Amino acid sequence: MTNQTLALDAWHQAAGARMVPFAGWSMPVQYTSILAEHRHTRTIASIFDCSHMGQFRCRGAGIAVELDRLLPRRATDQRPGTCRYNFLLADDGTVIDDIIVYRIADDEFYIVVNAGTVAADAAHIAAGLSGAATFVDESADTAKFDVQGPASTELMRAAGIGAVDGLRYFNFAPVEISGAACLLSRTGYTGERGFEIYVPTGAAAAVWELLAAIPQVQPAGLGARDTLRLEMGYPLYGHELDRDSTPLDAGFGGLIDPDHEFVGREALLERRRKHLTAVRFESRRTARQGSEVADAGGQVIGTVTSGAFSPSLECAIALAYVSRAELPPGTPVIARTGRAEVPGEIVALPFYGAGTARDK
Amino acid sequence: MKKYTEEHEWITLEEGVATVGISAHAAHELGDITFIELPEVDTNVKQGDSIGTIESVKAASDIYSPVGGRISAVNTDIEDSPEIVNDSPEEKGWLCKLDGVNEDEMQALMTDAEYEEFITGR
Repeated sequence: MTNQTLALDAWHQAAGARMVPFAGWSMPVQYTSILAEHRHTRTIASIFDCSHMGQFRCRGAGIAVELDRLLPRRATDQRPGTCRYNFLLADDGTVIDDIIVYRIADDEFYIVVNAGTVAADAAHIAAGLSGAATFVDESADTAKFDVQGPASTELMRAAGIGAVDGLRYFNFAPVEISGAACLLSRTGYTGERGFEIYVPTGAAAAVWELLAAIPQVQPAGLGARDTLRLEMGYPLYGHELDRDSTPLDAGFGGLIDPDHEFVGREALLERRRKHLTAVRFESRRTARQGSEVADAGGQVIGTVTSGAFSPSLECAIALAYVSRAELPPGTPVIARTGRAEVPGEIVALPFYGAGTARDK
Repeated sequence: MKKYTEEHEWITLEEGVATVGISAHAAHELGDITFIELPEVDTNVKQGDSIGTIESVKAASDIYSPVGGRISAVNTDIEDSPEIVNDSPEEKGWLCKLDGVNEDEMQALMTDAEYEEFITGR
């Protein structure tokens, strides 16, 4: 199967991007250097092309009540103009996808999903809605650009996008950019102050070129996106979340509204089977997905789900599922990479504590 | 004399001491190098033995000895600053030195012209 190409594919290639296959798309993994793009995002601002991701629109007089039955966090008590991190669960409580739900109006929601799960998500949601609701998969008609970094608000304001001012964390607003009706949310996947911008595909080139031309804004690829999210401890579908894990396993029990009926509720609430844990290693040597994690006595207690060199901490870090509950920070562990045993210790999340995402 | 291997190492020989590193092509392909494990000085190695590990942000790979010999020195600068290998893979970013090398093995490796053909022709 050939990969889908981004609307800005030629732009990325002309900018020197290294393109890699990801979730059925040909995606820029880096332009110059993953470390440099990571650091630029932490200190100034970067723009990421995330147009591979999917978007659905659901409408109907009873749509909030209907979505409540599909979502472990309620939709009915979500205010218009806000976004919520949420999950699509199978009957067994495991995760079909992790999503962001935007409440556009009382009778309209916009749902943003991972690229690799668009078809499964669409089938799951459409099957869960009544004939009275409308469901539209807008993924093919929508580009998505993320501007992320501590300077993102001031840089976008200077470029004439005044809607960035006053937009609080996990809130969104309609905005016109280059004459196109876009949706702007104060959200992101880097831990820095930033925005996700949903753009009609027809205007993708004009909007990207406007944003990428903002002085000091540099393009960044999937490589930096991954190290940035990992430093925050954010899960990545296919690593920390999948059909073998529940939101409770991943540490999101506090987000769930247990007092309403939703698909997967009983199995989800029955028990927590494993515990997502953060490990900081002593050296730069990295344990990656699949590496065993052992306790100080050498007994295997879990498996790494994501591992990388942390550009901010200048050591290796990892997320891992372990079988033991609540290992306190400071607990020594060892990861077995196949090449070496890598010593580290359990730490509290986030790994990187100076992120600006929630700053006023 | 400078030679290259199919594993993308380079080797030079000067007054009986060989210097080994990874090619500029390999350094570019790996992207940002974040960790390097070097061999112990005094280790005797055969051609093709794994003599270390090189990790980039995305992957880990082995370093193989281009020839047999004895590890006589390692570049400790790159252990703390592996980015030196990205910046200067065929000079400041050398990995280790060997003495007592098998010069026949070295003769059989690729010249720079042959290596160029190897990386562009496949």
